[in-house]
Amino acid sequence: MVEKKKSGYWLTHLGLILGVLFIFFPVWLTFVASTVTQDAIIYPPLPMLPGTEFFENYANALFRGSPEGYGAKVPVIKMMMNSAIMAIGITVGKIIISLLSAFAFVYFRFPFRNLCFWLIFITLMLPVEVRIVPTYEVVANLNLLNSYTGLIFPLIASATATFLFRQFFMTIPDEMVEAARMDGCSPMRFFFDILVPISKTNIAALFVILFIFGWNQYLWPLLMTTDPDMRTIVMAIDSMIPTGDDYAHWPTVMATAMLAMVPPVIVVISMQKFFVKGLLESDK
Amino acid sequence: MEKRVFFKGWWLPALLVAPQLLISFVFFFYPSGQAIWNSLFLPDPFGLKTEFVGLDNFRFLLSDPYYLASFKTTVIFSTAVSVSSMALGLYLAALADRLIKGAGVYQTLLIWPYAIAPAIAGVLWLFMFNGNIGLASYYLKALGYEWNHTLKGDQAMFLVILASSWGRISYNFLFFLAGLQAIPKSIIEAAAIDGASFWKRFGTIVIPLLSPITFFLLVVNIVYAFFDTFGVIHTITSGGPEQSTTILVYKVFSDGFVSQDLGSSAAQSVILLVLVGILTVIQFKYIERKVHY
Repeated sequence: MVEKKKSGYWLTHLGLILGVLFIFFPVWLTFVASTVTQDAIIYPPLPMLPGTEFFENYANALFRGSPEGYGAKVPVIKMMMNSAIMAIGITVGKIIISLLSAFAFVYFRFPFRNLCFWLIFITLMLPVEVRIVPTYEVVANLNLLNSYTGLIFPLIASATATFLFRQFFMTIPDEMVEAARMDGCSPMRFFFDILVPISKTNIAALFVILFIFGWNQYLWPLLMTTDPDMRTIVMAIDSMIPTGDDYAHWPTVMATAMLAMVPPVIVVISMQKFFVKGLLESDK
Repeated sequence: MEKRVFFKGWWLPALLVAPQLLISFVFFFYPSGQAIWNSLFLPDPFGLKTEFVGLDNFRFLLSDPYYLASFKTTVIFSTAVSVSSMALGLYLAALADRLIKGAGVYQTLLIWPYAIAPAIAGVLWLFMFNGNIGLASYYLKALGYEWNHTLKGDQAMFLVILASSWGRISYNFLFFLAGLQAIPKSIIEAAAIDGASFWKRFGTIVIPLLSPITFFLLVVNIVYAFFDTFGVIHTITSGGPEQSTTILVYKVFSDGFVSQDLGSSAAQSVILLVLVGILTVIQFKYIERKVHY
């Protein structure tokens, strides 16, 4: 900053700390609620410090689900597995098909190239939410309800990653291809030995963004999965909170909420550099 | 921009684009076409046959008070979410940008909520404002304010806006911080030497230089509020009470899957499709300009 005043400096920190507290507060409460007994929650106010039931509640949530008489009874470990398979499937699938098609668009001239490009480009526009009913019918007709394929493939149909790789390939100097061709390198060899390795940071950046996108899917798994064994953690938590006068078993619900947040938050924090790059460059 | 050098042959590139084209056709073009086609038909109540009704579904929708109310709800909701999360994001980014040391630490502390699913954010805030056990509703009651978002529409609206904006602050913070850090310090210093105060500099230099990124964020946040907040609304209010939080995308879902009113749901999809189309075109106009700079 230009002027250096002590008071301003501390006010800046104060403002930021207030922001951080506002961001952390709901998650802190959730954590506290996941470590106390049901009684501590249903007779408010909730204490501000964690209780002693941490292991009990998380073990319950992971392997047994809510106790008898409290809404849906599902062990969370299975749902986390499903979420992980869906998230990684979407991430890897999108990255592979986008790398391939971006390679074709940038390094080849073929008939209908522009038409193909525009067809893919248009898919940037439409989130799955807009076309849920007909997409559901397609997946139902293909007998893919309650399957990982059905969870993953409709969400791969978007062009963000293709567009990003295309932009990146454009910045690679032409001399690379010339040199490779002079040495008698085949297109696929060029792709695997040169293009993929130099795209490493872009792939990592997309990995973070797409993993979060995949893990956090809500509406699609909600429609797709009727079999409790196929539920993902983010969509299933809603069924653990009964409507009306029934009480949910809050410690289990809150432990589940924590477990649903931990994997994507770890990915963001541990790959922060790539995450920031990916977000600023791809926007989605 | 095109490459000067490229490989020969056409069957290899055709093979390379085939997977993406195939997936796009099966899960994108066909369903979208289906949505447009269905929007022109009205199935009978038993689902035995459908009748071609032309644009009647649209005509009916645009005169349906519930649909128009949902339109209005969407406008209020998405404006509130975009403006509040952008204002807070800009505020925190402006503060972090003032720090020479420590901006990185605050960045780490502020960006992780991006990873939290809207549905989970919904559960977190629902827990705080639960009428029986929530901490916030408990203290509001102690202050003499009756909180019951399951009965009061304006409270329900406030809660879904709060939960949707909360998770979005980190995204806006990150973009604004990047934008602020890209402003050359020499411009700010020159203005300071000429005697411009912090607020004067902020208003006349920083804000105008941030305007492209602000505009971009506005569009992206509106798209977020239109679609990605489905999870928040579904977990907290399910569109209620009395449809006071039923935004357009929620109505597509509840009419299409809950009430099975397929013609109307398809027509609503088409209207949403047009809206997103317009927003995307606006967004790409902006990106094009950014490329030319």
